[in-house]
Amino acid sequence: MSKKQLVQLENVSFQYDSEDRFALKNVSFDIYEGEWLAIVGHNGSGKSTLAKLLNGLQFPQEGSITVNGMTLNEETVWETRRLIGMVFQNPDNQFVGTTVQDDVAFGLENNGIPREEMLERVNYSLEKVKMAQFLDQEPHQLSGGQKQRVAIAGVIALRPSIIILDESTSMLDPRGREEVLETVKELKDIHKMTVISITHDLEEAVRADRILVMNKGELYREGSPEEIFQMEEELVQLGLDIPFPVKLSKTLKEQGVFLSKHFLSEEELVAELWTFHYKK
Amino acid sequence: MDISLQEVEYRYQANTPFERLAIKDVSIDIPSGIFLAIIGHTGSGKSTVLQHLNALLKPTTGKVMIGDREVNAEKKQKNLKAIRQRVGIVFQFPEHQLFDETVEKDICFGPMNFGVHEEEAKKRARIAIKQVGLSEEILSKSPFELSGGQMRRVAIAGVLAMEPDVIVLDEPTAGLDPRGRREIMDMFHSLHLERKLSTVLVTHSMEDASKYADQIVIMQNGQVYKKGTPNEIFSSPEGLLELGLDVPEVVRFQQKVEEKFQTKFSQTCLTVEKLTEEIASMVKRGEQE
Repeated sequence: MSKKQLVQLENVSFQYDSEDRFALKNVSFDIYEGEWLAIVGHNGSGKSTLAKLLNGLQFPQEGSITVNGMTLNEETVWETRRLIGMVFQNPDNQFVGTTVQDDVAFGLENNGIPREEMLERVNYSLEKVKMAQFLDQEPHQLSGGQKQRVAIAGVIALRPSIIILDESTSMLDPRGREEVLETVKELKDIHKMTVISITHDLEEAVRADRILVMNKGELYREGSPEEIFQMEEELVQLGLDIPFPVKLSKTLKEQGVFLSKHFLSEEELVAELWTFHYKK
Repeated sequence: MDISLQEVEYRYQANTPFERLAIKDVSIDIPSGIFLAIIGHTGSGKSTVLQHLNALLKPTTGKVMIGDREVNAEKKQKNLKAIRQRVGIVFQFPEHQLFDETVEKDICFGPMNFGVHEEEAKKRARIAIKQVGLSEEILSKSPFELSGGQMRRVAIAGVLAMEPDVIVLDEPTAGLDPRGRREIMDMFHSLHLERKLSTVLVTHSMEDASKYADQIVIMQNGQVYKKGTPNEIFSSPEGLLELGLDVPEVVRFQQKVEEKFQTKFSQTCLTVEKLTEEIASMVKRGEQE
């Protein structure tokens, strides 16, 4: 079964007016329908610029971006934005309603969704992010993490084909992050959405089907989580980090503990220790 | 300067239909020179506690002692400036609060607002900019020409230039990449030692809390759930996990190994090195048997 290309980037370069260097240099890759793609990289590596280009907030100076067969430009931007929902890093910059439910309804109203359906979708999305009991709360009374969950509800209410998480879980606590990622995963499966998560969080990246590593505006490497996290020290040099189980596998090996490989999951590492050393 | 919260309760919009209890019966001691981490879920009351530390909020009941100043519900508070100059808060995403034409003016704004003379403020700006790991040349630039990481450092320099005794950090590494996170935390740790500050770190990161803090306070549903040293807090991780709170990766892994192998390590390991040693020696014992 061949995967359908939903988004194509071809030789995309972009430079901000105020900067001497290119924020993105000659970047090409495809995004496939229904996949979970993580884009990782240090601050300033071009990750967030990519997100802005994908959503048509900026346009590339060179190269082209195609979304669902449409070349992204000033004429097609409104149409492509219907396909792409974006959740930003800081929830304070994306709250528009005076109450939680108004905020989620805002995008739906803008898109002319009938009232009945609107109410249904607002309730559904808020329930999904576990904010249903806050319907009439004012945004300023919510904590950062709660606001972010409302922002995510606002996006999923619009049922986009692609959802871009631009560092959107970075202000959440571990449980909040887990809930949000689980929610996105569930919605992805139900609605066959494509997820692009732009993140420094390795535990978030490990969940992806595929990872792109950005460095200084260029696409540095592409691969499965398994492949990418074998890069180890190279990742640290890129300003990133190594997932804990890989780190521990490495130090254990240095201490003379035999392991068949470096593990990405804690469960697998524990199982390996058990198998090799106690079950003989 | 010591700070202590004594049986503090705080209600948002008290005596209105929107009244909401945020924290209750919270007692926390912050003796001079301590590095204290406050941990809890979103909505656990961490940020409400934080705003009591320099009298941005007044308790609904109970009291807050900030040095020898008492802040409580009854007293009309005068001259809170003195408190706010001694307790500097670095809010989340502090770079969003930059506003002035140049980095120097931005850093000088705080101290001058507290009555420091311009010359002195400039001198402090030069010291502060170096302490946050940036060069003096940056002082003449516009803060908006800088990268996100640099902007955050400038905002932190602005708080340092007030020469506070206590520095309160609200999720200071949010949004930074792993390297940036390490650099900023190492910076705060060395400032803590060099300037003999009291440091209060509000964080989600159990790793940072166990690595840097002398004491940890865990907040849950607006109350203090547990207080202690990192060792005390993480030696019985079960309770924390039941609450859905995280424990450091090393502690979590140790627990999984102990469960699988039906054994108990002699201590709770708080670093990868310690954990590696314990596992390696356990495995080697196994091989000899």
